[in-house]
Amino acid sequence: MKIEIMNEKFDPWQSLVDYKKNVLQNNPKIGATSVFVGTVRDFNDDEEVQNMELEHYPGMTEKYLEDIVNAAIKKYKIIDGLVIHRVGALEPTDPIVIVASWSEHRDNAFNATRDIMEALKAEAPFWKKESTNNGFRWVEPTIGEENNIDEI
Amino acid sequence: MKIYVKYFASVRDIMGKDSEDLKIETSLSANELWKSLTVGKKTPIRVLVAVNHEYVDKNFKLKNGDEIAFFPPVTGG
Repeated sequence: MKIEIMNEKFDPWQSLVDYKKNVLQNNPKIGATSVFVGTVRDFNDDEEVQNMELEHYPGMTEKYLEDIVNAAIKKYKIIDGLVIHRVGALEPTDPIVIVASWSEHRDNAFNATRDIMEALKAEAPFWKKESTNNGFRWVEPTIGEENNIDEI
Repeated sequence: MKIYVKYFASVRDIMGKDSEDLKIETSLSANELWKSLTVGKKTPIRVLVAVNHEYVDKNFKLKNGDEIAFFPPVTGG
């Protein structure tokens, strides 16, 4: 498993190649690889986004990402999982996150990658602040992405 | 007892600081602490709370040495 928070711009595809080469090597049990990459758009809620600042809660973020990937390993019997997530200053087209799952068969890889991504969006303590023509704004969760975490 | 308080994102903007160390009475809940810290402040409708890097409900009772964090709903990915 690989969980990493990146302060600098990264190439998700190169990260995938490196992990496959250095960690998974030529594991002959792997029959399926499923990958999700999220990137910064230049628009949100009908406004142009110039750039974005991504903040997180060091320590808690890594813990939740590990728990989320471990839950997918247990539920879908995937062979391995990877999450790399950016923080800091980002611009449109910059990669924000890569999630990858490796399994014997495609269903488990597809389902694990989706579960990991949905749980990340609901639980992992990251916050986006966008810069638009009208100034800065903290991004609100999309309706339907809200979690069941208790609120004050 | 001593606790460590952290604020993130829009909650940090409202509190005007990112953290503080506090000495509090025993048996305060997360919600009681939040109310006492935000007297006179316009607070967001939705605030999540974590203690020692785990989400907790608002009635969670704080212990000596706990790190408690208040923040808005998360928006990663």
